Amino acid sequence: MRDVAVIGVGLTKFGELWDKSFRHLITEAGSKAIFDSGIGGLEIDAMYVGSMSSGRFIGQEHIGALVADASGFSHLNIPSTRVEGACASGGLAVREGYLSIASGLNDIVVVGGIEKMNDVGGNAATETLATALDQEWEAFFGATLSGVYAMIANRHMYEYGTTRENLAQVAIKNHANGALNPFAQYQREIKMEHVLNAATVAYPLGLFDCSPVTDGAAALVLCSLEKAKKFTEKPVKIIASGQASDSLALHERRDICTLDSTVIAAKKAYKQANITHKDIDLAEVHDCFTIAEICAIEDLGFVKKGEGGKAVEENITTLNGSLPVNTSGGLKSKGHPVGATGVAQIVEIVKQLRGEADKRQVKDAEIGLAHNVGGSGATCIVHILEAI
Amino acid sequence: MGCGGVARFWREIPQRYNLIGNICGSCNKTFFPPKEACPYCRRKSMGKMQDIKFSGKGEIITYTIIHSASENFQKQVPYIMAIIKLNEGPKITAQIVDCDIENIKIGMKVDSTFRKIQEDGYTGAIYYGYKFRPCNVLVTNNEKEKCETK
Ligand SMILES: CC(C)(COP(=O)(O)OP(=O)(O)OC[C@H]1O[C@@H](n2cnc3c(N)ncnc32)[C@H](O)[C@@H]1OP(=O)(O)O)[C@@H](O)C(=O)NCCC(=O)NCCS
Ligand SMILES: [Zn+2]
Repeated sequence: MRDVAVIGVGLTKFGELWDKSFRHLITEAGSKAIFDSGIGGLEIDAMYVGSMSSGRFIGQEHIGALVADASGFSHLNIPSTRVEGACASGGLAVREGYLSIASGLNDIVVVGGIEKMNDVGGNAATETLATALDQEWEAFFGATLSGVYAMIANRHMYEYGTTRENLAQVAIKNHANGALNPFAQYQREIKMEHVLNAATVAYPLGLFDCSPVTDGAAALVLCSLEKAKKFTEKPVKIIASGQASDSLALHERRDICTLDSTVIAAKKAYKQANITHKDIDLAEVHDCFTIAEICAIEDLGFVKKGEGGKAVEENITTLNGSLPVNTSGGLKSKGHPVGATGVAQIVEIVKQLRGEADKRQVKDAEIGLAHNVGGSGATCIVHILEAI
Repeated sequence: MGCGGVARFWREIPQRYNLIGNICGSCNKTFFPPKEACPYCRRKSMGKMQDIKFSGKGEIITYTIIHSASENFQKQVPYIMAIIKLNEGPKITAQIVDCDIENIKIGMKVDSTFRKIQEDGYTGAIYYGYKFRPCNVLVTNNEKEKCETK
């Protein structure tokens, strides 16, 4: 396998973007990434785009070709493929691009991720997001994505004594980071009382325990490492890509509080990179709900099972902590345009490893991890990147 | 808009109405919904998967109270969703009814009941299936006893 590097990144502002269309968003992110990399259109061998549910959100499928077309590449006939894995669609698209270069098939690939979620109403968005669950054996009976994570939270509190405040602290931390990110949907700090007094979405989770409904896109240019030096002084190498699946339904899992797909994807990634969790300087984890970040830091091996709440309480994961988690603001505060999220996480890691993260910069960051989950953990993808 | 065509839900009717799953003749593990083959024994389980009807009795291992729901469930909020471990082994996701929100807790013993699940506001189609209710709302002592003993 050949080494692969990220040589360009692009991101749109995340939020409720009424005045921007799907095409607008993906071309904005894509052209920023291409511009950042210094490549020309003729040099692109292939494109991959992650989108969870463009069909339900905007009534448009066939997103692979649409993205190449909207980017002005239709006459170049560049192969372009959509990748879907619910909220992990973006991470999976990155992996497909990575594999196509590592295999020797392609040299330069553009990877995009996008979701335009606000064109449908709130309940319709909830219903579409619930398609990431088992439609026949969970959603049919009234389960929602927030409801399923709420059941993980409730069991975690019962088994390990994780507190309501521990969950809230994840949101407070991520909003504090998001306040420093000009691309974030919510650039404001929040306090404990805001989280605790917010409307309940699915007990024990309230409004501020949930990632929002977001429009946005992100893009990367990937290149074989040998060629990368031609385009940039600061290529960031992808040193691992680990993926795993699990049962679609939460109730079929070995353990309600563990995402085995995360455990396995992380193990594979650490093995490929030949490192341990101790070598990671910062991580972007899939905090679609506050409990998800607590499970993530446990399942990625940073803390023992059941100690995620305590770790947050001890400020280990803040910007100045020993393991900064979600410096971008995470899905909670930066926003969660589902198909874009996995790509946007890598954008943040690359910015950090290049030393371009501004007020959010983690000092001497050399190795970063991105963790992207689909549904309640049926799909997980972990990437590890290194500054070289 | 409903979450899918009518046919998809009708196909599952026997399992949904009767809590019918299956058991692997090779390792005795039970499954709900029924599986074509045992994921653990695979080839060895071929031809040995037997249908069983579950008692419908079990215990709540986690729950939530849903306030923000999909379109077809709007009229029911807030409602309780739970994962129930059936006495025979499998875990399933279902609503808990006939229970005050204040009284729901992990560890509660429950029994299945047949109810309306959702109504498609667009087609008007009504779907039925299982929900669960606490054992202590059952009417006769005899019923309660049956429910609470494993
Ligand atoms: C939590 C949720 C139900 C809130 O939706 P809602 O009740 O329709 O909220 P509204 O859009 O009416 O927003 C009300 C206010 O709260 C703010 N808000 C909404 N969601 C928010 C969130 N998650 N965090 C912080 N603030 C939020 C809005 O900006 C708005 O503020 P304003 O009144 O100052 O404009 C919705 O965001 C949701 O479903 N989130 C989960 C998404 C999800 O499941 N993603 C996939 C996970 S893998
Ligand atoms: Zn078996």
